[in-house]
Amino acid sequence: MENIQTSENIKPPANRWLRRVKKLKSNMAGLLGVIIIAGLIFVAVTADFISPYSYKEQDFSIMNSPPSTAHFMGTDEFGRDVFSRILHGSRVSVYVGVVSVGLSVFIGVILGALAGYYGGWLDQSLSIVTDLTWSLPEILVALLLVAVVGAGIECVIIAIALTYWAQYARLIRGQILMLKNEIYVEATRSLGANDFTILFKHLFPNAIAPVIVAATIGIGQAIVLEATLGFLGMGAQPPMPSWGAMMSNGTAYLFISPWVIVFPGLAMMITVFGFNLFGDALVDIMDIREDTLK
Amino acid sequence: MTLLKVENLNVSFRTRDGVVEPLSNISFDIDAGEILGLVGETGSGKSVTAQAIMGLLPFLDGRISTGRILFNDQDLLAISEKEYQQLRGNQISLISQNPMTSLDPVYKVGDQIVEGLKLHMTITKENARKRAVDVMTSLGIPNADKVFNQYPHQLSGGLKQRIVIAMGLCSDPRLLIADEPTTALDVTVQAQIIELFKRTTQERNIGLIMITHDLGIISHLCDKVVVMYAGNVVETGRVESVFTEPKHPYTKALLKCIPKLGMADRSLHAIPGNVPSVRTYPDGCRYHPRCPDAKAYCMENIPEIIPVKKTLVKCHQFTPQWRTAS
Repeated sequence: MENIQTSENIKPPANRWLRRVKKLKSNMAGLLGVIIIAGLIFVAVTADFISPYSYKEQDFSIMNSPPSTAHFMGTDEFGRDVFSRILHGSRVSVYVGVVSVGLSVFIGVILGALAGYYGGWLDQSLSIVTDLTWSLPEILVALLLVAVVGAGIECVIIAIALTYWAQYARLIRGQILMLKNEIYVEATRSLGANDFTILFKHLFPNAIAPVIVAATIGIGQAIVLEATLGFLGMGAQPPMPSWGAMMSNGTAYLFISPWVIVFPGLAMMITVFGFNLFGDALVDIMDIREDTLK
Repeated sequence: MTLLKVENLNVSFRTRDGVVEPLSNISFDIDAGEILGLVGETGSGKSVTAQAIMGLLPFLDGRISTGRILFNDQDLLAISEKEYQQLRGNQISLISQNPMTSLDPVYKVGDQIVEGLKLHMTITKENARKRAVDVMTSLGIPNADKVFNQYPHQLSGGLKQRIVIAMGLCSDPRLLIADEPTTALDVTVQAQIIELFKRTTQERNIGLIMITHDLGIISHLCDKVVVMYAGNVVETGRVESVFTEPKHPYTKALLKCIPKLGMADRSLHAIPGNVPSVRTYPDGCRYHPRCPDAKAYCMENIPEIIPVKKTLVKCHQFTPQWRTAS
């Protein structure tokens, strides 16, 4: 039956983002993810103030000293406080993770959306480029870049952005392919909207949810990749601390001072764990169908 | 004066299995202030006709192979997509068929009603909102002010349908195409909406093309009717003449299918057989497999559309050749 009362009976506003925050609150794992990510960002921003010691000042009198009350994660081979270096190292991780994934999402989403929306030769050629990109090993691209422009975190960021965008392009292309046949697209076109409006105002918000989920998990992957490249000496250059580089330096003293490797490794593990937890929670939170059913 | 004139429209679609032609030789016209009913079973090509007029076919892998569509004497096949965008939602509006999926789930319904206005004129936010709320109220939406800020999933089917109608009416078009706009509404609301369509057409002197399979709506609302079958116009004329004296066997059968209260015979009448799919249109007259009067002649020859009394009919029965044929 026609229900005139519907509009009054509906529970208050239901802004979709408000509702999503509520959903997150009841998701323990997701909440833990948020706490870890928030902690990481806090540490990255305030590293200068909360570090007990300088990250670069060397003190050869306390080289490779084990965890103690003064240095609770010990010191490295130059007598630097491992804890302070980990705090500063979070900056490189956050910066590389966010910027590289942000760039690759930007590239991937635009190319994928255009491919999915216009189809035809554009789709075919973009899909070939996407598949090619996907088959490139990130480390080789990074090596190539290092060979051309020299080591540095910019190099890492570009290497990640150039290789990661393919997955986001594929994701959004599939979404757009599915959504462009929705009747609301025809309805919007009937209002006189052009391709730009339809694609970016109507299809985009409907298609973006899985990309946000993938990007969140992607940040975790990018942090690991940065550490890998840092381990190989291609990332942040000394004295700027990065977790990968710290572990790399620590390998020489693995049996003398394992804490130099263990603690950055733990920091990275917890960070990636946080992004993965949050990403998994987002899968549920961003589910549009669930929104619509209520 | 003639607002819209459709002449010998042929539409073809590219599909994986080759080209199909869901519309052939469609012709009709509509004046300002007039309501034209487009009636036929599912699959007869009503919605494709609407999409053709809206210029939406290129986005659906379809095209108009021959024929003309004149809107205010302007050939719609000759204008660019950009010019078409100026017409759509401004001069010509389409009320889409399925209210459940015609609304974008991520925007408030009010913003979607206003979108058409914003695309075509410079209008302040408050004015656009005021206008939308007015249209919504005139469509019998209670608490229009509140509904304006709600999302599609919060509304019932009937409310959504009225929102979709409001999207079409808001920009004050010259020609309105309503594709089964009242199917999700219950009869009382349906009557209100139909009344509103009638009033709007007269007051604003616009043309309305009403696509429906409800012959009750046609007889109540429309001035002219176009009966479609399998991509053909089989009969067209003033509603009075078509309904009081149907000529085409299909029109006759359709009219017979309307259930009446207090019928002595309580079984419902149905036309035997199905509408052929676009890939399997029969040769000759496309209605012959279901026609009680069909002769061998009907299977071999395609009928012309000819005037019979006050209506145009696409049937062999009214030709001398048929009478003498076996």
